[in-house]
Amino acid sequence: MFNAIFMTEKGLTARLLGLLDNLSAPNPHRLPSSIAREDEHLLVAAAKKGDTPAFEELVSRYEDKIFRLTKNITGNHEDAEDAMQDAFLKAYSHLQDFHGDSRFYTWLVRIAANESLMRLRKRRPNQFSLDEPVEGDTDLMPRELEDWDPSPEQRYAQAELQGILAEIIDQLDPEFRIVLVLRDLEELSTQETAEALGISVPAVKSRLLRARLKLREKLNRHFRRGTLN
Amino acid sequence: MNCKGVIRELSNYIDGDLDPGLKTELERHLGHCEDCTMIVDQTKKSIEILCDSRPVVLPSDVRSRLHAALRQKIGPG
Repeated sequence: MFNAIFMTEKGLTARLLGLLDNLSAPNPHRLPSSIAREDEHLLVAAAKKGDTPAFEELVSRYEDKIFRLTKNITGNHEDAEDAMQDAFLKAYSHLQDFHGDSRFYTWLVRIAANESLMRLRKRRPNQFSLDEPVEGDTDLMPRELEDWDPSPEQRYAQAELQGILAEIIDQLDPEFRIVLVLRDLEELSTQETAEALGISVPAVKSRLLRARLKLREKLNRHFRRGTLN
Repeated sequence: MNCKGVIRELSNYIDGDLDPGLKTELERHLGHCEDCTMIVDQTKKSIEILCDSRPVVLPSDVRSRLHAALRQKIGPG
């Protein structure tokens, strides 16, 4: 399918890639998202044919998000960088396996999540498994219930709030953290998250519920009325 | 629906992923349960704050090393 599109729109592709050459690293600029969506299949098709500037443009579009993902999953700067680099290299070498059944970004996330998980498991062996059965719904009722101000985040400077969130994400169990990151930060659908992690949709939903409840509980300690900054 | 049922369906409710019958039941419960209303509102707010935050930024040296590695391993293009 990509080949057919590439052939019929060959002239457009050449002009587009000429334009994109100017936008590539070292200082890539972002295209408006509507354009990015429309031309992505052309870039993928070109990259599959060995056009490395086209692939580098794809990398430039997603490097920020993929680094955020690997950092949030591994919780470690060095692992995050290695996982990101290996994810992009692996994506390039397996481009022929991408058939356009999902968004290119979702496919990339799946690779990056796996690279991150491998490193996390090396650092913390036996700590968690994504294959564990979905837990029952007992003991989910939140215990800590206190009023928050209408905009509790305004009690903190932006940097301070980011520090609090980073710490909270890092404290979550990996199997919950990964689902929260993919669903709520990277905005993958439940189905996409399940595919990326190789687990069932009910498992994603169960872990997402627990992760969100944990997030609320941990933020409650900072946001409840009367808490001093 | 009781409090336990609300918590079980909390994520689906927030994601707009509940069938209309369950949604009506859940909202009827919220109409008279302050605790569940607080949990729903605070969980929504927590997700909103998380989504609005961008705590991780790709450092420029990491970006440079990534592109250098790509050029070295897959060619200059």
